[in-house]
Amino acid sequence: MEHFTPLASSIGGILIGLGAAIMLVFNGRIAGISGIFEGVVLPDEGAFDWKTAFVGGLLVGGGIMFVFVPEWFAVGIERSMFGFIVAGLLVGFGTRLGNGCTSGHGVCGLSRMSRRSVVATLTFMAAGIATVYVTRHLMGGLL
Amino acid sequence: MRNVIAFISGLFFASGLVVGGMTQPKKIVDFLDVTGNWDPSLAFVMGGALLVNAVAYRWVQSQSQPFFDSDFYIPQRSDLDWKLIGGAALFGIGWGLGGYCPGPALTAVVSAQTSVLGFVGGMIGGVLLYKGFDRIALSN
Repeated sequence: MEHFTPLASSIGGILIGLGAAIMLVFNGRIAGISGIFEGVVLPDEGAFDWKTAFVGGLLVGGGIMFVFVPEWFAVGIERSMFGFIVAGLLVGFGTRLGNGCTSGHGVCGLSRMSRRSVVATLTFMAAGIATVYVTRHLMGGLL
Repeated sequence: MRNVIAFISGLFFASGLVVGGMTQPKKIVDFLDVTGNWDPSLAFVMGGALLVNAVAYRWVQSQSQPFFDSDFYIPQRSDLDWKLIGGAALFGIGWGLGGYCPGPALTAVVSAQTSVLGFVGGMIGGVLLYKGFDRIALSN
């Protein structure tokens, strides 16, 4: 796994930006993935179809990429199954409580300079940095 | 047509997340590891995405409606409350712990690795738990 990938990451970012732009320009909606996912888990009246179609696009797109570049799905960090489940619980609960994740707040919100999204993004970045500091440097990656 | 657009948007997201390196939890954790061997790649992902989307947002402001709907559905709230900050903090802890955020986790689900399956299972549990919490503690 390569450590620093500025070119690939910039291209990836542009593709993500295009995905969000398509949703905005054609459907008039914010591509906030945690909210879309919630609308699939707990069927969202009137919006279930397009939300499911979006998640379908993620799954199919991910599947195609996995066929060609499975190495880009490497986990690379040592965590127990319990650790991953707890992480998922926190992400699922936290993104619903805070109304958004990296896509809704981080990409869509920041690009229109939403005050709530700026605060949310700074908060989840800081919390992520603190968590990695504690787990990797203080606890030695034991989880 | 809206569903087709949503599907295509999902395809773009998936390819971008994979190419950008976001389906590799180690790259996320390395990005958040600012005091260690820092990997700034994720900043380039965010930069690229923001650049494109900011242009789209600017253009959209001169439009009265999107192509396939009668209105734009853009959040208008600007208040800061404990839910926003507390929720973002919990999300950040989970992100640093598991190295996945919702988009990359769903994109990587087809890889069927136990790590991502556990994470997405937890995410579903978290969404349901929030719904219950919202109903009991926040309904007023």
